[in-house]
Formats: sequence, structure tokens, C-alpha cells
Amino acid sequence: MATFLGINLFGLFGQLLVGLINGSFYALLSLGLAIIFGLLKIINFAQGALYMLGAFFAWMALNYMGINYWAALLFVPLAVGFLGILMERFLLRPIANEDHLYSLLLTFGLALILQGAFTHLYGSSGLSYAIPEQLKGGNRLPFMYLPNYRAWIILASIVVCAGTWYMIEKTKLGAYLRAGTENPQLMQAFGINVPLIVTLTFGFGVGLAGFAGVMAAPVYSVSPDMGSNMLIVVFAIVVIGGMGSIGGAILTGLGMGVVEGLTKYFYPEASTTVIFAVMVIVLLTKPAGLFGKEA
Amino acid sequence: MKPMKKSLLTAAVATAFAVSGAQAAGISDDKVKIGVLADMGGVYSDICGKGCVTAVEMAVEDFGGTVLGKPIEIVSADDQNKADIGSAKVREWVESEGVDAVNGLVASSVTGAVTKVLTDNKKIALISTSASHAFTTKACSPYNAHWTYNVVALANGTVKPMLDAGKKKWFFITADYAFGHALEKVATGVINSNGGEVVGAVRAPLGTTDFSSYVLQAQSSGADVVALANAGADFVNSLKTAAEFGLTETADVAGLLVFTHNAKALDPNIAGGMKLTTGFYWDMDDETRAWSKRFKERHGTIPAMGQAGAYSMTMHYLNAIKEAGTDDADAVMAVMKKNKPNDFFARNAELRADGRMVHDMYQVRIKKADERSNEDDIFAIEQVIPGDVAFGPMMDQCNFTAKK
Repeated sequence: MATFLGINLFGLFGQLLVGLINGSFYALLSLGLAIIFGLLKIINFAQGALYMLGAFFAWMALNYMGINYWAALLFVPLAVGFLGILMERFLLRPIANEDHLYSLLLTFGLALILQGAFTHLYGSSGLSYAIPEQLKGGNRLPFMYLPNYRAWIILASIVVCAGTWYMIEKTKLGAYLRAGTENPQLMQAFGINVPLIVTLTFGFGVGLAGFAGVMAAPVYSVSPDMGSNMLIVVFAIVVIGGMGSIGGAILTGLGMGVVEGLTKYFYPEASTTVIFAVMVIVLLTKPAGLFGKEA
Repeated sequence: MKPMKKSLLTAAVATAFAVSGAQAAGISDDKVKIGVLADMGGVYSDICGKGCVTAVEMAVEDFGGTVLGKPIEIVSADDQNKADIGSAKVREWVESEGVDAVNGLVASSVTGAVTKVLTDNKKIALISTSASHAFTTKACSPYNAHWTYNVVALANGTVKPMLDAGKKKWFFITADYAFGHALEKVATGVINSNGGEVVGAVRAPLGTTDFSSYVLQAQSSGADVVALANAGADFVNSLKTAAEFGLTETADVAGLLVFTHNAKALDPNIAGGMKLTTGFYWDMDDETRAWSKRFKERHGTIPAMGQAGAYSMTMHYLNAIKEAGTDDADAVMAVMKKNKPNDFFARNAELRADGRMVHDMYQVRIKKADERSNEDDIFAIEQVIPGDVAFGPMMDQCNFTAKK
């Protein structure tokens, strides 16, 4: 098949687009982590479990309360974000001054508890969540069939990523946040309530995981281990992009989606490892990541 | 077992074997102990797990709780789908806790390690949910009884009828590990020998979340059938993606290993109409319904095929002990192979010399949303596949039967 150049190019376009779709999903996921990990320097291993929670909340909202997808898209991130605020305030803050390893272990433990609890309650086979009526179907492009829901993923991801980037990099609120994490004492002295900013930022980052969970529910299996599969890849993306760089995480997410998509085409067996290979190369050549600032 | 004089032991075993239990010494340790080993909290916990423990408990209770006047005990453990954990646990069971047989057994990698330990210790492996056919072919043992299904039955049951219906060009989306490879290989054999052709295959790593790239490749291959040689979440995710990208409209999608629980996890609008092969379905007739109702009352969900199989083989095992008058593995296995299993699960069944339990398999179709009367109403049985057609003839790869 490799000899037919024409067919190959068509196939390649399809793979590039699919890669871009996955990349925008990665960007969405890594955004929340980049904020928490990059700005607050908290290694939140529960991010994957909270993403899973987002998907489950969407399912519960639909099946127990009749809340549809669109309402869930608004309400679930708030609920997950609120849990994140409680988590930051009552679990993470008491150990904020300890070594980073403590928060890593604490969030890792939380992730295992959440995952175990949902396996116990809902089993491991997963639940089904239908694609909302308005987004069913798709369009036939010259080189592939593009389902409407996938197009929606790209759109939603771009809007959320760009909005978040603008808020953190260009607004006054974002400036407070960046300054508050850079030099908390100085900002406190200016009368800025830094602990509150940290709590809200954590809640926002976690809420983004919940949002990604709702986005994922219709296309991926809603199951307790959906988060743990995703978490490590997303961490790698944040590391490649560079700690603390929001734009870096977004661009790297998109780029890695494309790299992974091409690997799936040329050598599928390596598709789950290629991101880590890139990570190793980037860390060896540019230890601060592609978009990170050298310390 | 303590390392005692080997020659004496060998002589004793040889004698016991020769007289086939006629002078065997009743029940060892004054009890029959059955271990249930399965993934209790991981990806496979729904298809066997605690449900397998429940099924074995039900069998023991239905049997009366004692055999030959001695109590029957059950112990269970979580193997976490790890071969080393599973085999260490089973070693402990047989060497110091007097376990006579191990039931459950899910991930083929774990089962492979566990059956070695059991064979070394001359204890019986009652394999309920593993897919690999190795346990009755190249890794066979006189102490293995493989009950519910295997990859050969799945391939024959699902692939052959589709080939007969004129679907000749096949594309595989295969889970990139031993189970997926085995399934693809066996299915490819069936395709090639029935005039079909494999036009392409992709190996997707286990735990892949997004299958859209593979679905596109399958789409451009021009195949009549896209076979999903994967299981669990991989299966659910790949089928969802296939439906989303319109693949299900241009080609048939065949799931090669689908448990009722996976089918239940799918939107009936996506999965409805798909055909697959199963070893058991709860809603087949009055007998299966009666047992499944009891199971659901205790466990909360309808039984998966491996759970029904776990009950069936525990019953057959206990009946064999009763008839043999001993729990000596060789004697019990001889009776298990002599008597034909016959219950709500095992129809037209026989435990073959190689350890394969051959029984009727079922080609089913996943019901569409408007056909379903309740949440457990998942399959419609299309066709009963006779055991010898599904499992095929015994292969000469199995050494111990060749020696016999």
C-alpha cells in the first residue's frame, strides 16, 4: 500500500487531522495540570482521577437527575472544582511547606482511593454515555469522515485553552497569580490574599479536569481507570512543554497529538511510548522544556 | 509438600495412577478446599472477580456443603492480574493450606503461571475465564480443566458464519499483547482456510484510549469486516470510535471477545446488531434464567459467562470427588473426564482428554434499543454452535495426551 503515493497522502491528511483532534484534547487536559503543576508547584497525581470524576459526574447527572450534556458541561466542572477547593484547603495546605514529595504521595493516595471507590460502586466494565443529539453525525471531507463531536472537541478546546491563556498571561488577575506564586511574601505585603488565589487557582485547574471528563464521556469508555491511563501522558506533555508555561502546555498538547497520530499510522506498536521518547530527548537537550524558562 | 524421598513419592503416585483411585485414601486433610483466584478489583473484576467467588459458594451450598462426609471450604484471593502474585498465592495455598483445586483464573498470563504450580503439585486447575487455548494445547496438563470458552471457539463462532455469509475481506484491530496476537492468529487461520483474506491489521497497545487513527486505517483498507481482537475497555473504546467515524455503516464490525458486561457498557444505538460468540447467556431458557436469578439476588448483577462456568465446573468437580471416593487429583480428573458435565451451563458437553471442556457455544446478536425490555436484556441468540464445531478437533500439540 505504501507505494501508492496518492492514497498515502490522503491517508496522511486523515491521520494529521485525527492527531490534531487528539492533540486538542491533550491540550485541554494538560492545561489544568500545567496550571497546578507549573504555577502552584503542586504535583497533583489526582488530576487523572478528577478527570474520571468529571466523566462519572456527567453520567450520574444524566441518569440520576436528568441533567443533559450541555448543563453538565457547565455544572460538572464547578462541582469538581469545588471538590478541588476542599482538597486544597483541607488536605494540601497543611503540608504546603513540606517537601513536594508529600503532596505527590497524598494526591496519589487520593487518586487510588477514588479509583477504588468507583470500581467498587460501578464495576470496572465502564458505563455508556451517548453523544448529545445536536452533535450526532458528521461530515464527509475529501479525505475522511469527520464526526461532529470531534469537531466540537477541537472548537471547545481552542476556546477554553485560549481563554485560560489570555486570563493568566494578559489580565491583571493573571498577573497577581503569577506574581503570587513567584514571590508570595512580597504579594502578601501588597495586601493580596495569596492563599485565596492559590486555592481558587487549584480549584480552577481541577475544574478543567472535570470539564475534560465531561468532554470525554461520550467518546471514551466512562470507567474508573480512564484517568490513570491518561495521567502519565499528560504529565509528560507538561514536562515537554516546560514547567509553568501555559502556552507551552497547549502547543505541546497539540503537537504531541499529531506526533502520536503519525506514529499510529507508521508504527502503531510504539504509539504509547513515542511521547516519552520525545520527553527524554527534550529533557536531554533542553532540560527546562520546549517553552520553559531556564532557572 | 515437603521434599521427601522422591522415588517413594513417584512410586506412590504411579500406583495411585495405575489403579485409578480404587484404593485412594479418601479426602486429604479431612476437607476439600477450593481456592478462587481472580482479579478482584481491576479491569477484569466484573467478568469473574467476586462474582466467581459467589458462583463457587453457590455450587458448594447447592452440593450440600460436604462431600463424602467432609466439609468443603472456599478461600479466595486477588491476583491483581499479575502472574507472580497469582503463582505465589497458589503455591502458598497448595503447599501449606491444603487447597485441592483452584477455580476462577482470568488473565491468561496469570493462569499460565498458576497452572504450572498446580501441575507440579498435582492439583487441579479449574479455568473459568481465561481466553488462551494454550492450556489445552502446547501448555496442557493432566490437571487442567478449561471450561467456559477459548480463542478457538470465539474465532470459529464469530468468524466462520460471517465468511459463509460472503464477508471475505478482513481487517484486524488487535490488542498488542499475547491474548490479542493469539486471537488474531487463530481467526486468521479460520479466514484463510475458508476462502477469506486478511487485507490488513494494526496492533494497538493495551489501554489505548483513542482508536480513531486505527479506525481510519481500517476504513481505507476496503475490508468487509473489521475484527476487534481486543477486550474490555479497549473493545468498548474501539467500537465507540468505529461507530462515531461511520465505519459501522460501511463495514461489519466483529467483536471477537465480548462479555455481557462490556455489551452493557455500550450505547445500544452503537452496539446494536453486532454479532459475537459467547459460552453462556443468562436469558437463554428457564434453566439459565432460574440460576441467573439466584446469582443476581446474591451478587447484584447478571452472571458473566465465566461466573456461570465457575459454578458448573465446581459442581462437576464435587460430583467427581463423590464418585471417585477421594479428592486425589488423578482419580478425580479421571472421573471428570469420564462423566459428561450436564447442567444449565454445560450443554452437550464433554471434558476432553486434553482438558478442554467442549460444549455448545452461542452466536448472539446485541439487541438494539427498541428490542430491549430491561437493562439486562442484551443479547438475542441467533444460532447454537455445537461444541465440536466451535472448539475444533483436539490438536496433537498436547504432550500428555499423546503419551497416553
